[in-house]
Amino acid sequence: MTTEPGRVRPEQAGFGKAASEPAGPERLHAITLRVNGTAYTASVPARRLLSDCLRHDLGFTGTHVGCEHGVCGACTVLLDGEPVRSCLMLAVGAERHEVTTVEGLRRLDGSLHPVQQAFGECHGLQCGYCTPGFLTTVSAYLAERPDPSEYEAREAIAGNLCRCTGYQNIVASVLRAAELLRAEREGA
Amino acid sequence: MKPSPFVYHAPASVDEALHTLGQVGEDGKVLAGGQSLLPILNMRLAAPGHLVDINGVAELATVAVDRSGVRVGALARHAEVERHAGARAVVPLLGQALRLVAHPVIRNRGTTVGSLAHADPSGELTAVLALLGGSVECARSDRRREVPAAEFFLGPLECCLEPGEMALSAWFPAPGPRTGTAFVELARRHGDYAVAGLAAAVTLDDAGRVAKAKAAYVSVAPTPLVLDLTEAVAGQQVDAAGSASVGWASAGELAATRCDPEPDIHATADYRRHLVRVLTARGLAEAAGRARHAEDPPGEAA
Repeated sequence: MTTEPGRVRPEQAGFGKAASEPAGPERLHAITLRVNGTAYTASVPARRLLSDCLRHDLGFTGTHVGCEHGVCGACTVLLDGEPVRSCLMLAVGAERHEVTTVEGLRRLDGSLHPVQQAFGECHGLQCGYCTPGFLTTVSAYLAERPDPSEYEAREAIAGNLCRCTGYQNIVASVLRAAELLRAEREGA
Repeated sequence: MKPSPFVYHAPASVDEALHTLGQVGEDGKVLAGGQSLLPILNMRLAAPGHLVDINGVAELATVAVDRSGVRVGALARHAEVERHAGARAVVPLLGQALRLVAHPVIRNRGTTVGSLAHADPSGELTAVLALLGGSVECARSDRRREVPAAEFFLGPLECCLEPGEMALSAWFPAPGPRTGTAFVELARRHGDYAVAGLAAAVTLDDAGRVAKAKAAYVSVAPTPLVLDLTEAVAGQQVDAAGSASVGWASAGELAATRCDPEPDIHATADYRRHLVRVLTARGLAEAAGRARHAEDPPGEAA
C-alpha cells in the first residue's frame, strides 16, 4: 500500500477539483533544520519538500531526487537515525528533528563510513544516482541488524531501486559493510 | 513534481486541530505520516487549500494495550505498532499484517490510522480492522463518534469521515480464545501492493475442531470484503501435528464463488479469483495452526 502512482485513483477519491489560487505571493516559513549536526535556517513555502530544501536551500546535493513519490528510495535520509523518504516530508515538518544526509555519514576524521567503504570495495554502484539512498538505508539497517544473512540483506534493500547493478554487488556490499562494522566494533 | 500551494497549519493539540479543520471544512486535509498523502500532493491528484499537520500533536502518538485489544492513536507509526510487543501479543494479526505494509522505510513514517482513513482497497490494515470487527474514533469539534469497520469504509479511497472531521484512533479488538490469525498476500514485488490478499481467523472448539473460519480480503473488492467460510470446514478436526487434513481447499472454493474481483493492469478478474481460492486455503491453514497454540502464553511469532 501507500505510494505507487498507478494505484492512486483520483476519480474515485473525489479529488477532481482544483484548489482556488491563493491571493498574493505565497507565504514563507522561517525554519531551522538540524542537518548532520549543524543548525541551518531557511525561508521556505510550506509546500517545499524536505528533499528540495536539502538540495536547493541548504546545498546538500548528495540527497538525490528520483521519483518524488516514495518508490525509488534515492532521496532516503535519516530522521533521528531512522531512514525516511525526504520527498515524502515537508521541510516545515522536519524542524525539531535531526536529519542525516549521505554527507553526514562520513566519519569526523573525514574517512568514509564502513558502508561507503564497502560499496566502493565491492563495486556496489555504477552511475551512482541511487547510491545515497542505499547508503543511508543500509547504515541504519546494519545499526539494528549487525549480522544479516544474504536473504535479509536483499530484503533490507528491497525499498531502493537501482537500474544499473542488478543488485548483486549491492548485496555483497551490505554483507561486506556488516563485516567492516563488526571488525570496527571488536577493534574498539 | 511539487505540491500546489496550500496554507499550512501545525496545531499542538487535538482541540486546536479540530477547530482548524472545522474552520477550513471541505478545503482541509489532515497530514499525519504523509506516505500516501504526499505522493498524491506531489502528483497534484489533490490540491487541498489547507493542510493540517498533526505531527506536533503528541497526545495522538499512542499505542494502548489491554487484554481486550489495542487502541492505536492517529500519530502512531506503523513501525511503532509493529515493534510494540504488547500489541503483537494481544492482537497478533497486527504484526502479521504490518510486516507486509510497503517497506520498513515507509513504515517509519506512515501511520496505522492514516492508512485506515486513506481507505485504499489494497491497504492491509483495512482488512485487519474489518476482520476483527474493530472501529475508528472519529471527531469533529462538536461531536465524537466510534464508527464500526463495517460502516467506516465506503469505497476505494473513501471513508466516512466528513469535512471538519478526523480519525483520532482505531480500536483493534483481541481475536478471542482458541483463535489463530494469519495474513497472506501475493504482491508482484516485495513490499508492493498486493494483487490479492487476506486476513484469516480460525476459531477452534474445546475438542480442537473448527468452530469458525472467516477471512477479510484486500485488492479484491472496493472495500475490505469479509466472508464467513465456516460452513465449508465446520467441525473438522485440527490435530496437534497441524491442519493439513482439514479441507481448506473447499473454503477457498467457497470464497472464490463469493467474491467478484475487478480486472486491472496487474491482474485479470479470473486470476484474482484464483488467488482468492489458493490464498484462502493457505491463510486459513496457517491461522488454524496458530489457533492450536492460542492457549499458550502470548508471544507467538508474527
